[in-house]
Amino acid sequence: MGKVIVVTSGKGGVGKTTSTAALGAALALRKEKVVVVDFDVGLRNLDLVLGAERRVVYDFVNVIQGDAKLAQALIRDKRLETLFLLPASQTRDKDALTADGVERVIGALKKSFDWIICDSPAGIERGATLAMRHADIAVVVTNPEVSSVRDSDRIIGLLDAKTAKAERGERMEKHLLLTRYDSGRADRGDMLKVEDVLEILSIPLLGIIPESTDVLKASNLGTPVTIADSRSGPALAYLDAARRLAGESVPVTVPGEKRGFFGKLLGWRAA
Amino acid sequence: MKIFGFFGKRASAPMARERLQVLLAHERASLGKSDLVAILREEIIAVIAKHIQVDSEKVNVKMDRDEKVSTLEIDVEIPLQAGGRAA
Repeated sequence: MGKVIVVTSGKGGVGKTTSTAALGAALALRKEKVVVVDFDVGLRNLDLVLGAERRVVYDFVNVIQGDAKLAQALIRDKRLETLFLLPASQTRDKDALTADGVERVIGALKKSFDWIICDSPAGIERGATLAMRHADIAVVVTNPEVSSVRDSDRIIGLLDAKTAKAERGERMEKHLLLTRYDSGRADRGDMLKVEDVLEILSIPLLGIIPESTDVLKASNLGTPVTIADSRSGPALAYLDAARRLAGESVPVTVPGEKRGFFGKLLGWRAA
Repeated sequence: MKIFGFFGKRASAPMARERLQVLLAHERASLGKSDLVAILREEIIAVIAKHIQVDSEKVNVKMDRDEKVSTLEIDVEIPLQAGGRAA
């Protein structure tokens, strides 16, 4: 049975879709079978970030409503043969995703994939709660910025209360993915530091993604940043994060910081 | 931690951290339950309105939340006629 990951944040624009694509590709590079699922009905974008926008025929809502088979809606990536996309619908009907439908589709995907990565829409409405509903693991994407941290805190509360796992009395596994981090600005005191965000949100760290022009370049090309330039800062950080998700123990490093800072890292709980 | 930079300008990140810690302590406590301070504010104003006719613009409600305590400051300007009867 596959593992279900939700990539969520509350706040929009912090890097959920970028992270979903990057982690999905990174796990697929390990030859594991991955499907990335876009839950942002009406505002789908995961197709675009993956460069599959012209190949969408059927979508998530078509499958739920019985207009297409799951296999017809899944789009196989052209570069990585174990990476698949289930696109969201562009319908304006907010209720197109039903709780039953989502449960059925996720259940079916768990049977044939190792990883099901759900890209949550922003907000705390239906789309976001359905995206986290069946998750085993949550990746909370946060920018080192007050509004993003506040919204992440809210989302963590929802993950502990409104998910199927929480309702069964189990503990939801939550990880922090700190994106757009600039260690120079953090050192100058103009940006929240990794340890500040960790202390406030108190969930283990999955990775620190540096602020970088490589992220925009990759999305311009429709290529996950982890395969656009696998030596770039964000790619290396996402590749390490994916290894941690897969259960490997990889020490977390702060992008752009010298080795001398390594001692500080010992205090962090790596995911 | 260095709070003042080369030019004596205060670093902003410690402020962000402090504000978040205070805010989230409150939000975590009040989530799920209804916000006590908000209820108090509404009920107090309703009670005042029952006895004195006050201009809603003359009711000043200020709230301040600190790490340990919240304060609710209500400043009601009572017009002379209404005030005379009450006195």
